[in-house]
Amino acid sequence: MSPAFNPTVTLAAGEASEHRTLIIILFSIFVLATLVITVWAGRQTKDAADFYAGGRQFTGFQNGLAVSGDYMSAASFLGIAGAIALFGYDGFLYSIGFLVAWLVALLLVAEPLRNSGRYTMGDVLAYRMRQRPVRTAAGTSTIVVSIFYLLAQMAGAGVLVSLLLGITSDGGKIGIVALVGVLMIVYVTIGGMKGTTWVQMVKAVLLIAGALLLTFLVLLKFNFNVSDLLGSAASNSGKGSAFLEPGLKYGATGTTKLDFISLGIALVLGTAGLPHILIRFYTVPTAKAARKSVIWAIGLIGAFYLMTLALGFGAAALIKPDEIIASNKAGNTAAPLLALHLGGVDSNWGAILLATISAVAFATILAVVAGLTLASSSSFAHDIYANVIKRGQATEKQEMSAARYATVGIGAVSILLGALARDLNVAGLVALAFAVAASANLPTILYSLFWKRFTTSGALWSIYGGLVTAVGLVLFSPVVSGKPTSMFPDVDFHWFPLENPGIISIPVGFLLGILGTYLSKEEPDAGKYAELEVRSLTGTGAV
Amino acid sequence: MATETPPPSKTPAQLPTTEEFVAVQESAEFGELRRSYRGFAFPLTVGFIAWYLLFVLLSNYAGDFMGTKLFGNINVAFVLGLAQFLTTFLIAWWYARTAAAKFDPKAEAIKSRMEGGE
Repeated sequence: MSPAFNPTVTLAAGEASEHRTLIIILFSIFVLATLVITVWAGRQTKDAADFYAGGRQFTGFQNGLAVSGDYMSAASFLGIAGAIALFGYDGFLYSIGFLVAWLVALLLVAEPLRNSGRYTMGDVLAYRMRQRPVRTAAGTSTIVVSIFYLLAQMAGAGVLVSLLLGITSDGGKIGIVALVGVLMIVYVTIGGMKGTTWVQMVKAVLLIAGALLLTFLVLLKFNFNVSDLLGSAASNSGKGSAFLEPGLKYGATGTTKLDFISLGIALVLGTAGLPHILIRFYTVPTAKAARKSVIWAIGLIGAFYLMTLALGFGAAALIKPDEIIASNKAGNTAAPLLALHLGGVDSNWGAILLATISAVAFATILAVVAGLTLASSSSFAHDIYANVIKRGQATEKQEMSAARYATVGIGAVSILLGALARDLNVAGLVALAFAVAASANLPTILYSLFWKRFTTSGALWSIYGGLVTAVGLVLFSPVVSGKPTSMFPDVDFHWFPLENPGIISIPVGFLLGILGTYLSKEEPDAGKYAELEVRSLTGTGAV
Repeated sequence: MATETPPPSKTPAQLPTTEEFVAVQESAEFGELRRSYRGFAFPLTVGFIAWYLLFVLLSNYAGDFMGTKLFGNINVAFVLGLAQFLTTFLIAWWYARTAAAKFDPKAEAIKSRMEGGE
């Protein structure tokens, strides 16, 4: 590689404009192909089961691919590769938590949820409870989790585009956020769950293929000797063998170590409470197919995270750390930079590889935002509009048009927030979404399914208590203020020392479910629990 | 008592009555399904979460041990990290096998009896 190469110039100002054109061409092909799929899927979307659950006709394998597509966001592709490239082993710690988390979904949540619900997480939470308050709570936490997640993705799209296409003007960044927002509205309103699921599958295949190609090229450079790869990464990073041990990112002080434990708990318990993941289990015909989806997802996601090891350490071994940091402080462009270096910095191959990987990264963001939008508009239409506002009296047609209006509304809100947050550091919001999901959603899901005594008060205390604790702690954490890396670095009103609230808010969520249940005089509905328990374990009456 | 507050028409018409569900819930056959499922899934969940937390704590507080080199540049930290991947794959496979062999036949017997309207 030429020592004069300066990635900021090449990537940001776009002197080598041929990869810019290529990125745009490849990305346009992806957008066109997915729009064709969306229109085709839209023609087959006739009733609510089609719109919310893709007609429940997907196979376990197809849904497993789609689940992987929904889960492997830009944060896991660009974020983990970048974290490994900069912090070595500590970047790898993320992916372990993200993967182990799937066992909670597999063993405790996926099948009972598929057996007893219809369209949303709220279906299961409210089954034994007073419908209106619990559905309102479930809808609220679904929308909060999804909006935080969405915001991180939208802002991420803006950052990525400005880095890779050299669009640095405010108008350009807002334009990109608006484009992502409009596309996700189109995918969801026209294609519904069927269209969104196919988009996820296409994206998952592209992402896995892209990661495979880069992994192969990295390993080829080191003659498939992993030890050599790690050794070169350690010496090139300038940090020596510490680069291959835990501690570079989280080992600094007692507080950062505690933060790491908090993050780990949130990652492991959050996945099985993420609404956009949970609604995927309704797209298959049976609980057995839902089980098969999770098994496939674990295999695909696990393989993908193993490949991010090669990408991250490959980037650390082949690119100077200053170059990675100069391109993006958090290392988010390490994977695209790696592609450029593998192909050859001044060669056509380098440009083609860079363009391909960048287009895959855009596709990733686009597919994930579509999944998140669908989860929140479904919950708004099915939980809040149909069951709270209309008290269960809405027709299917009314419910579906409410879902479409909600999609447009959520899309508009996301574009607005994404445009406002374009220069803020919102990467912490994804970890927050996991913490909120683990604090507000998971306790109520588990108690509803497995605890006979659980009541409406318990559910409300747990959902709202977990939600308020998690969001409140983050508001007063260094994620929002008080540090150069905060959302608002110029003010300081933080008093909670950790970036991740999980270590406090998750036990609070679980505890409040118990307290709310025992402190209210409400009697549990034994008949409804019999229905829920028998249905969730046997599949009797499953739709 | 449950029939006093029916949920909005969200369940299909042919669903068994609440009384039938209560009877099945109290039956020995369902009790056995619940026992075998919970007896498998609950301890295993506690186990893999404890194993993961052990790994997190070792990463935090046992840096020297984790940095011990085993072969070439591959140290204990890598081997334990990859072991988390391996155990995740193995638990997933073990659960799928156990569910198919032990839970599914019991669940299907109860389901077909209830939906057959017996």
